[in-house]
Amino acid sequence: MRDRSRSLLPVIVVTLGVMITVFMHAYLSGVLGESLEKTADFSEGHVKVETKAYADNLSQLPNDLALVGVDTLVKSLERLYPEYNWVRRIDFGGLLDVPDSAGNTKMQGAVMGKGLDLLQSDDEATRMGLKKLLVKGRFPSKAGEVLVSDELLEKLHLRPGDRVTLISSTMFGEMAIYNFTVAGSLHFGINLLDRGMMIVDIHDVQMALNMEDASGAVLGFFKNNLYNDKHAVATKTDFNKRYKNDGDKFAPVMSSLSENGLMGFSYTFVKNIAGFIILIFIFAMSIVLWNAGLISGLRRYGEFGLRMAIGEEKSEIYRSLIGEAALIGIIGTITGTILGLSVSWLMQEYGINMESIMKSSSLMISDTLRAQITPTTWFIGLVPGIISTVIGAALSGIGIYKRQTANLFKELQN
Amino acid sequence: MLTKIMAQNSIVEVKGLVKRFPMGSSGFFTALKGIDLTVSEGEFMGLVGPSGSGKTTFLNIIGTLDKPSEGRVDVLEKDVGSLTSKQAAQLRKEEMGFIFQSFNLLPVYTVFENVEFPLLLLNKSAGERKKRVMETLEWLGLTSKVDSRPAQLSGGECQRVAIARAMVKRPKLVLADEPTANLDAENSHNILRTMLKLNEGLKTCFIFATHDEKVISYLQRIVHLEDGRIAKDMKVRSSGTL
Repeated sequence: MRDRSRSLLPVIVVTLGVMITVFMHAYLSGVLGESLEKTADFSEGHVKVETKAYADNLSQLPNDLALVGVDTLVKSLERLYPEYNWVRRIDFGGLLDVPDSAGNTKMQGAVMGKGLDLLQSDDEATRMGLKKLLVKGRFPSKAGEVLVSDELLEKLHLRPGDRVTLISSTMFGEMAIYNFTVAGSLHFGINLLDRGMMIVDIHDVQMALNMEDASGAVLGFFKNNLYNDKHAVATKTDFNKRYKNDGDKFAPVMSSLSENGLMGFSYTFVKNIAGFIILIFIFAMSIVLWNAGLISGLRRYGEFGLRMAIGEEKSEIYRSLIGEAALIGIIGTITGTILGLSVSWLMQEYGINMESIMKSSSLMISDTLRAQITPTTWFIGLVPGIISTVIGAALSGIGIYKRQTANLFKELQN
Repeated sequence: MLTKIMAQNSIVEVKGLVKRFPMGSSGFFTALKGIDLTVSEGEFMGLVGPSGSGKTTFLNIIGTLDKPSEGRVDVLEKDVGSLTSKQAAQLRKEEMGFIFQSFNLLPVYTVFENVEFPLLLLNKSAGERKKRVMETLEWLGLTSKVDSRPAQLSGGECQRVAIARAMVKRPKLVLADEPTANLDAENSHNILRTMLKLNEGLKTCFIFATHDEKVISYLQRIVHLEDGRIAKDMKVRSSGTL
């Protein structure tokens, strides 16, 4: 411990490496996990039922291809898969028209709308954390009341209580015009949504778009709110077997979050990120520590030689080298984990506001980047921090065995 | 009867020692060409000769750091040629001390800890280690430097610490390769006087590899090596006559 180049320096290297790993894990878990979670809550669910045709044309919000007979479908889903909460969702687009006192258009703005259950239960509002996002006004309490994004509210010079008209198209392609009252405004913290979003009770949307007993999708959320991919895939397989109808493009089809296009990739990425990071870290740290070990080994050549001459066996020296590395790894890993968790906790609690950078982003990413400490974050640094240090020392220590004892006198003269 | 007594007292017995090193693609370089030698307990002797005469190779083999190509070398009744590396390490650990030209002290350890190191390998108790180390440092006049580090010592003091490290386990045999090469004349004489004192007091056998006249002037026996052979083997004085 007194030889700082042998103890302090490697401990610092391992500490920094582990700290970066822990923080990286928490950061990526936070950013990607939150994005995934938000996307799941907002549009994908843990499993999602829609028509095949709707899924194929999703970007167009094709409500003409929506599911029909949804009440029966939901009852059936609730009976077959009671471990999920099943909810109806309708996404739509249109224009929001703000009339003047004479009823003529004063201002107009493009909106994306989401229809979900706001009035019958608090589940959906809680799931999406809508009440926490409320900036002005209040939460809708009766039919015909809507929430709009605060940015849109400001842009259209609206105030809570103002009347607005949605201009869109019905499920059957006719023009839909429906009046709402703005109950309040929301700040989502996601630029894509803040630009122009309205949240409407599902029954109002069904009325407005002539979609009675229809919805764009039915989403299933695990009742414990934790996504279980194995179970979701099993549910999907079972459902699709039951509703198999190859010829009918309007037949309901279920997909799981992990299989859902870009979300699927994100899910896999998030799920495997710990493994990725560990591998990268082991590789990088092994190279760094291997080099450090080699340099230190070369520097300690005299010491090893002397120890061999005095009577220590090569295997004993090698074992002591590995022991030192393990000790350094343990100390560095514990210190690095504590530091990494501290930094991660700060970022989890306070985050970094990226609002100005995210202005033009179309990704569903929060404009405050936050880390997320998961159970894995606590021990992700343990294995690579110790393993890579020991591997580095083990590799550099091989030189001890290659050394000719007969050359000791010659070497130790230099 | 005389032969038997000598054999019992001998510490190193060398018969027909040949040492070859591979050189180039198919050839060999023969460093030692049929050496016969007996070294008895308590001798203070030197292998003397020019560079390339085979001194260090011979010292390596006696020190169980290398093995003979031909012939037999018995050190402390162990056949060096048949020792495993573990057995050789054990022999070095228990019975031999080494002194090097460049001291090779561990820079982060104190004088006490450097001297203590061989005893740690022998698993001696803390109390015994302390007793032996202090005793050895007293022989060498280093008690005032117990807590110093090598960087705080002069060259002569460093070499005295190295001698203390070699002597602390009371070895039967000490091998010293050019121990005075890095020292000035005064320090060289001090060191040699110290080693001679230890040799006479503890009956430890010292074998030097050297071509330093100062060392040669202290030796009881001089074995001249030339081109891998013993050219002369001379007993130049008796113990305690310097």
